[in-house]
Amino acid sequence: MVSLNGNVLFSEVPITIGTEDFSTFIKNAYKFLQTDYSKFFKMDNLSKLAFLAADVLLKKENLNEEEEENNIALIFSNKASSLDTDRKHQAAIENDAEYFPSPAVFVYTLPNICLGEISIKHRLYSENSFFIFDRFNAEHLQLYANSLLRSGKAEKVLCGWVDLDENSYEAFLYLVEKDGEIEHKTEEITRLYNIL
Amino acid sequence: MSELKEELKGKIIEQLNLEDVSVADIADDDALFGDGLGLDSIDALELIVMLDKDYGIRLSDPKEGRKIFESVQVMADYIEEHRTK
Repeated sequence: MVSLNGNVLFSEVPITIGTEDFSTFIKNAYKFLQTDYSKFFKMDNLSKLAFLAADVLLKKENLNEEEEENNIALIFSNKASSLDTDRKHQAAIENDAEYFPSPAVFVYTLPNICLGEISIKHRLYSENSFFIFDRFNAEHLQLYANSLLRSGKAEKVLCGWVDLDENSYEAFLYLVEKDGEIEHKTEEITRLYNIL
Repeated sequence: MSELKEELKGKIIEQLNLEDVSVADIADDDALFGDGLGLDSIDALELIVMLDKDYGIRLSDPKEGRKIFESVQVMADYIEEHRTK
């Protein structure tokens, strides 16, 4: 299921989060949401998930992607890091007799690569960082994002949690700015995440 | 030769994840990089691995790929001449 501000944009039957086949889900969601980006299918699964989630949210911002640089920072987090792709790379280098690791897989063996994919598409030139936690950490997102906004390092911050390991996956992103409608506090972030 | 060219087109589509591109969409002389299929530097590395894995051709200098990967026709000619498997 893909939703924006509580409104469901796309869903597949059965609607059971985390149990759908990821490849089918992301391909169908990409087409349904009319995400026109030729490099999308070259990405690894974590990047596809992060990219699509960010694209849904940033489309609404009507960013100028042709000329201007957009001063939006990125603070992402997850639990599984890039493990899903790391395993694929490991499988390719295990056998000395058939040692043909794929460069296209290897370049995704870091979780923060997905931030680069989003930044290229939406021309985001501000700070970006990716953190690994045991569980969703609203306090960290709140502290870091507020610090970036307070110090003037970014006009807006795209924050969230993008976790994927095989067919278990979830993405929760939100955009925060200095004078937003909803106060950026830990309790509210946690409440919104738990609605998922 | 024409069988090899069809085989190459299929491998390029599959290994480079070219969604919505079919074998029939790629002409023998189409540019693979730039304005043609729009492949990038990582795709070039992937093609170098494919030459090694499937045809036993090792390129010692990645820059060699620039000429070899000009089109499916040029690739097929090179493979015919240098393949060891």
